Amino acid sequence: MAVIRDTIPAFELFQPTSLEDALALKRRYGKASWAYAGGLDSLDWFKDRIKRPDAVIDLSGVAELRGIRDVDDGVEIGAMSTLTDVETHAGIQSDFGLLSDAASKVATPQIRNQGTLGGNVSQDTRCSYYRGGWPCYRAGGNICYADTPTSINREHALFEADRCVAVNPSDTAPALIALDAKFVIQGTGGEKVVDAEDYFITPSTDITRMTILEPGDILTSIRIPGTWKGAQFYFEKVRDRQAWDFALVSVSSAMKISGGKIEDIRIVMNAVGPRPLRLHDVERQLKGQSATEDVGAAAGELATLGNRPLQHNAYKIPLMRNLVKRAIRGLEV
Amino acid sequence: MAEKQHLHLHVNGEPVDVVAPIHNTLLEVLRENLRLTGTKHGCELGECGTCTVLVDGEPVLSCLALPIELQDAEILTVEGLTEDGKAHPLQIAFAETGAAQCGYCTPGILMAAKSLLEKNPSPARREIEEALAGNLCRCTGYIQILQAIERAAAGDVGKPISV
Ligand SMILES: Cc1cc2nc3c(=O)[nH]c(=O)nc-3n(C[C@H](O)[C@H](O)[C@H](O)COP(=O)(O)OP(=O)(O)OC[C@H]3O[C@@H](n4cnc5c(N)ncnc54)[C@H](O)[C@@H]3O)c2cc1C
Ligand code: SF4
Ligand code: FES
Ligand code: FES
Repeated sequence: MAVIRDTIPAFELFQPTSLEDALALKRRYGKASWAYAGGLDSLDWFKDRIKRPDAVIDLSGVAELRGIRDVDDGVEIGAMSTLTDVETHAGIQSDFGLLSDAASKVATPQIRNQGTLGGNVSQDTRCSYYRGGWPCYRAGGNICYADTPTSINREHALFEADRCVAVNPSDTAPALIALDAKFVIQGTGGEKVVDAEDYFITPSTDITRMTILEPGDILTSIRIPGTWKGAQFYFEKVRDRQAWDFALVSVSSAMKISGGKIEDIRIVMNAVGPRPLRLHDVERQLKGQSATEDVGAAAGELATLGNRPLQHNAYKIPLMRNLVKRAIRGLEV
Repeated sequence: MAEKQHLHLHVNGEPVDVVAPIHNTLLEVLRENLRLTGTKHGCELGECGTCTVLVDGEPVLSCLALPIELQDAEILTVEGLTEDGKAHPLQIAFAETGAAQCGYCTPGILMAAKSLLEKNPSPARREIEEALAGNLCRCTGYIQILQAIERAAAGDVGKPISV
């Protein structure tokens, strides 16, 4: 268990220079392959020797995965764009500031320089038992170490947990769902374009994965349509320290106001469940209402319905309530 | 299978050839193959920043980077800060203000600070704090570090310290 060795055992590295070659390698090695993007999560797993893929496929040479382009009314972001690229892109800042804001709250400057958007949304959970190499359900075993009477589970889930109570740690994922982004995936079945919301899965679908990516798949780009362009955005991430730390709870929202009323709204929370939690009921309730303190408070109540806290994470309930309220009140016009 | 690779790197302004296993990190190659031991090993997980070097002027964590990917890039380590044997103003400012105690975090912080000053020669305190958000120091309490960077930025190196 949990032996940290620091040095990486040998692996075979492939450096394809086209998407076609990268996909062929993914197909050939299947489950034994590993897409290598910014390498932050990848090298972390390899160092602890917990994940030992046979074939590491470095995506950095694949031109098709790079670049941020304007398309129609929106923008298409290559999966290998760094978080710094996303954070500092002028068009994203002006039209989809929610995403720049979320990207700017990830970890540290160094990590944003190296980490990619594709890697950020595809990253594995940070449950410390699992990361420490404990043979839990997610690792193929038959116990959840985070859900026993003596577990340390302050960072774990309130919603949608199954046998695994880990949460999705990404800051950009909920922002992308709020912006109605589409994820473009290439793989054995050709090209698939899915709603951001459907990219993420719960343990009841597959306890060993966080996303719908199959072993032969590569996420190639993320498209943000013009739908929410210039809407009123709110992003807030509560964390222990203002750098490095993953969200304890985060809220991402996009809201359109017309005639003093909420015409349309999307609110997504993260770090409260195994996938970003879109608050569909809250969104429905809010449409047509004014963005006032009272309406925000009621929305906060509704947001937390159905939560199932563990021993040490009930503090996330008032956090959620208040973040939802702030997302609405903070955007009041 | 310890596949070794011939790497052509560009470190501190000079081309260097290295033969190293592809799975060795940039930090390992800098320290062990190139004997540039100024860059330090810390957490190895991205959580301390002491291994920070500049790649094309931007701070990155050498503990989480593979050198094979950086063959086209200009890598700068703390050893590359000196020019003609003279310490960089940041280094002098750190010495003058006592911004290093054990010194373990210093190489990484110098690199993050160098990158900041290249882009923003007179940063506000808040901007320095943000640029250093990825570098932990366990000794100084940070105040002297911030002061040292402000001192270097203001061109006050060598002047008496007003407390
Ligand atoms: C100390 C530390 C603190 C962090 N804090 C935060 C934080 O506060 N908020 C936050 O959101 N993130 C945080 N992260 C995560 C970080 O931002 C990176 O996004 C993440 O580690 C992975 O990105 P990467 O580009 O390095 O991808 P990699 O590590 O190379 O890949 C990550 C995973 O995604 C898969 N993958 C990557 N790209 C693709 C693709 N195009 N197609 C298919 N699969 C792919 C890989 O196979 C791998 O399984 C932190 C990371 C570290 C090390
Ligand atoms: S929460 Fe999930 S990842 Fe963590 S120990 Fe339990 S099963 Fe494993
Ligand atoms: S050693 Fe690289 S971040 Fe700590
Ligand atoms: S001086 Fe000791 S860690 Fe910074």
